[in-house]
Amino acid sequence: MFKKLLVANRGTIAVRIIRACRELGIATVAVYSTADKAAMHVRMADESVCIGPPAAQDSYLNIPAVVSAAVAYGADAVHPGYGFLSENGDFAEACHRSGLHFVGPRARHIRLMGDKPRALRIMKKAGVPVLPGSEGTGVTELREAQAQAKALGYPVLIKAAAGGGGKGMRVVRSAEQLTRLFPQARSESEAAFGSRKMYLEKYLERARHVEFQILADSRRNVIHLGERDCSIQRRHQKVLEESPCPVLTPRLRERMGKAAVRAAEVVGYSNVGTVEFLLTPDGEFYFIEMNTRIQVEHGVTEMVTGVDLVKESLLLAMGEPLRIKQRQVTLKGSAIECRIYAEDPDLHLPSPGVVSNHHSPGGLGVRVETALYDGYRVPVHYDPLVAKLIVHAENRDLAIARSKAALREYLIDGIKTNIPLHLKILEDPDFRAGQVATDFLTRFEPQPESSATVRAPRRQQARAS
Amino acid sequence: MELRDIRALIALMRENGLIELEVEDKKGKVRLVRTPEAAPAAPRAVPSPSARAAAPAAKPPQLADGGAAVELGENQTLLRSPMVGTFYRAPAPDSPAFVQEGDMVQKGQALCIVEAMKMMNEIESEVAGRVVRILVENGQPVEYDQPLMVIETAV
Repeated sequence: MFKKLLVANRGTIAVRIIRACRELGIATVAVYSTADKAAMHVRMADESVCIGPPAAQDSYLNIPAVVSAAVAYGADAVHPGYGFLSENGDFAEACHRSGLHFVGPRARHIRLMGDKPRALRIMKKAGVPVLPGSEGTGVTELREAQAQAKALGYPVLIKAAAGGGGKGMRVVRSAEQLTRLFPQARSESEAAFGSRKMYLEKYLERARHVEFQILADSRRNVIHLGERDCSIQRRHQKVLEESPCPVLTPRLRERMGKAAVRAAEVVGYSNVGTVEFLLTPDGEFYFIEMNTRIQVEHGVTEMVTGVDLVKESLLLAMGEPLRIKQRQVTLKGSAIECRIYAEDPDLHLPSPGVVSNHHSPGGLGVRVETALYDGYRVPVHYDPLVAKLIVHAENRDLAIARSKAALREYLIDGIKTNIPLHLKILEDPDFRAGQVATDFLTRFEPQPESSATVRAPRRQQARAS
Repeated sequence: MELRDIRALIALMRENGLIELEVEDKKGKVRLVRTPEAAPAAPRAVPSPSARAAAPAAKPPQLADGGAAVELGENQTLLRSPMVGTFYRAPAPDSPAFVQEGDMVQKGQALCIVEAMKMMNEIESEVAGRVVRILVENGQPVEYDQPLMVIETAV
């Protein structure tokens, strides 16, 4: 049993981790930058340590600061949450070398899955279906990209080899577009991940993003906990997620679940993880990547399966064997998560400010994960995700109705949020019919030409991964 | 709202046993929250007078040195830790301490070490002067920005 755990994160996920630790009787240490002195996670933890100035790279992304805080303040374990250092192999290794238990997979899993082209090669060899693409060593030069794109046939998707979270991604529909967009994507990747290595994939129009939750212990027992449909995305950033996927048949779920388990088994994975697939309208699916951390949308799976994923990650990190058998996993009812961002709903620019009149909804099947409180100043330095509304009901129609009621009840003054956008999504006929793909949100956007002007100011905003 | 207005409100709260008070007028709005167990914490070494009052007091500070006030006299300045780690008075366990209280120091002189991930980082004085007080114990964990020593700058 861990005696004391340091939460290497902030905001909603830090609160979530502290709650799970409290249930297990593990003492908690929060770390914070000077901008987060009044943050909820700092107030909730048993101890708190200031580790740096506001900038993420000097605080939450600062490996020596986080590790030395853990060691100096007597923690025996570290939970990385999501974003920040959660998929940084050097961090996992530094924890290990300092005698700290890292709640997550081994450093080598993180590094392997973090090298996207390499992960694709391994999956292909293991018989997991992958998209046609440059599973080679990746491309850094435009000329190589042009040759690969020509071989694949347009449209193609440029992605960052070291990346994730939508950064460094561009859809390219012609050779002329490639010339313009490839250098852009590459610079973005360099800024976000410190690497100019890119890779190309055939772009599937009208595909759904369907991911499977994985749990694995250190004795190679792996199970999946069903899927989440995360097709509702804006610029490759998820906005709304649900489980189960409305179009998955039991047979397809079984096949995809098996492929997800195979992907984890092949690399000897341990702890929590998510295997991402693209699903075509005719039921073909392809592995795109594996996320080696707990995810933002993990709560959706928790509602339909009844499994506490954060607690499981702690127990697994303590060396416990997997207590759940695959046949015990069932998806009950329907769950929907609305990611609430502190942003202007029309311009999609972050909206920092002081929260007032904060009233979160409640009732049966209504769960709010947030670090907001009345009087809290939302800082400018970090990701604008401020709350997650997760709703669970007996069926999808009820979950949609319950989500709408909960969103209408959710009061947050002082900052702008995307709650109006969520209401639009939930009222959309295609969404209600379960007919979505990754281009769904473009229907609420202005035309491509004018969105180019929105893109420029957004680049200036500093965002943690 | 002036600092003296806020002080008057704090006194009012204490006299009347109030825990929370919010006051709004055309000059601004202020919300004060008092933890009943102890006297309100003394102002921090660098107070910023603004319309917004103290943040809600959630719980007493966990680390006495990180949270408590350090009263500074004239010409006195704080040496603060530039990183989180473990504070050491000497370069090695069996060496003499870098400085003692009362020592004169120069700008750039190493005063102590903060160790992070087995790397010993020498913390240098930003001013010339006299070490008046050493605020932390040898081997104590320290946070970013935590006051370590009080230095009196030379006249």
